Amino acid sequence: MIKELKSPLRVVLENYGRINPESIEEYITQDGYEAVRKVLREMRPKQVLSEIKTSGLQGRGGAAFPTGLKWEFTAKVKDIPKYIICNADEGEPGTFKDRAILEGDPHKIIEGMIIAGYAVGANYGYIYIRGEYLLSINRFNKALKQAREHRFLGEDVLGSGFNFQIEIHQGAGSYVCGEETALMESLEGKRGNPRFKPPFPSSSGLWGKPTIINNVETLANIAPIILKGADWFRTFGTKECPGTKVYTISGQVKETGLIEAPMGITLREIIIDHAQGMRDSKFKMAQVGGAVGAILGEDMLDVPLDYHSLREKGLVLGSGAILVMDETTCALDMLKCFLKFFKRESCGKCIPCRVGTKKLLELATAISQGKGKEDDIDLILYTAKVMQKTSLCALGQSLILPISTILKYFRKEITEHIKGRCPTGVCKI
Amino acid sequence: MKLRNKEKDVIALLRKSQSVSKHNYITEDELKFIAQEAGVSYSEVYGVATFYSLFSLKPRGEYVIRVCESGPCHLMGAKSIFKVLEKELKIKVGETTVDDKFTLEEVSCLGICNEAPAMMINEKVYGNLTPQKIREILRELRKKK
Repeated sequence: MIKELKSPLRVVLENYGRINPESIEEYITQDGYEAVRKVLREMRPKQVLSEIKTSGLQGRGGAAFPTGLKWEFTAKVKDIPKYIICNADEGEPGTFKDRAILEGDPHKIIEGMIIAGYAVGANYGYIYIRGEYLLSINRFNKALKQAREHRFLGEDVLGSGFNFQIEIHQGAGSYVCGEETALMESLEGKRGNPRFKPPFPSSSGLWGKPTIINNVETLANIAPIILKGADWFRTFGTKECPGTKVYTISGQVKETGLIEAPMGITLREIIIDHAQGMRDSKFKMAQVGGAVGAILGEDMLDVPLDYHSLREKGLVLGSGAILVMDETTCALDMLKCFLKFFKRESCGKCIPCRVGTKKLLELATAISQGKGKEDDIDLILYTAKVMQKTSLCALGQSLILPISTILKYFRKEITEHIKGRCPTGVCKI
Repeated sequence: MKLRNKEKDVIALLRKSQSVSKHNYITEDELKFIAQEAGVSYSEVYGVATFYSLFSLKPRGEYVIRVCESGPCHLMGAKSIFKVLEKELKIKVGETTVDDKFTLEEVSCLGICNEAPAMMINEKVYGNLTPQKIREILRELRKKK
């Protein structure tokens, strides 16, 4: 089990570590499947949509799109069949929250998917779990079997006349498949190449049919919202970003693990109160939101970590991954590491990303070996900007953020390498 | 309603084929067979097989060691993990030992960042790695016949 650092609040993780995740009976004793019962017996689909919309829940995969609105789009489309997809292809470096939820409370996701299906008129759901998450796949399989036995899944769920099935799709190792249209291609048995948008999945998704695709953590919020109400949900977090967020902390801090906190907790609070401070050396920077996330320096320690506050500063919260780095870390070495990741994971469909990721890594590597030229740093920035404007999907478009923010803080340190010196002594020049 | 047909799903068929291979890979004949089964062209199956990192078209060892080289693991010393493994196994990343026992691979995030540096050997996860821990793990696996 993943270590949970004293969470100030538990909505998504309410059962995490407290019940046996392989026992549906234990889940039921914690009001499990009560939300499904309530929805099927007392609410019309429109009321469910309205409750989720009022809650202000935003997609927890990183894009923060309002969940209620997404559901409404699909509900309004006349075309059938419709599909629900749970995106459990968690591949963002530093992120392990979806794994924790799947391993610790799989029934909560099943419940969220059933409710989504009822709300938009879909009778079939897929959960796309990355191939490396074998325990998650195993637990989810068991949970599905139990849910079918208890008639929460299948024909005529709880005698309501509503049918809903869920099937697992196991990923085969690809970061870009976390992108929603790439994931659908992959679910269709093809290469995980992203599609052009529009059309958007809400009207034309899996096999060209209306599809809702939600992240694991988003779906884990659904049952609590239905049971306790949108107003209750809005008492947590900020006005613009209600609810909680599961943050995952890794890197050079004393305690790594995950916490659930109200939206808007600061980096300083996370590092000092929850991760018990830095491990060996002083704080240098943190990357927030995974490999595509921004680098935050000391001046950002008190910025609220919610979608809205970060967006106002041109940053992103993304998946909520927090990678903390201390003074022994070389900024250029880390940049090279991010770039290597992107080069490996670029799907190769569009040229800006395919060629760009390779060029960026070559430039950064040359600088780290003392073979860089003065204007190479500007060339890196320019290349990333071109990629932002011309790439097909978020992978190529997002590189600009880690690059521009790391340069904002550490341009001087990186330039030192061109002069033949790595200030931290990490790069061998 | 269109549903995924597991019998014709290329990814599922590739996984099945690789799982029964003693050397953790998919042969050319298998690719051709899968193309027939799924009713798609050979090139499409080849495209899918080479897209996903969990598939290999090259014979690999009995144990595939997949070491994470993403941000958190890199920061926590993945480089030294590679060094120890390369030295112990006498191979480089991407290679297989002469006795066909081990293959060493470098992979993207495995989602075990709270226990960085981390790796997977076949289906098993290993975290908080140290050189000593790695030597012990290899010793155990070498003992197995």
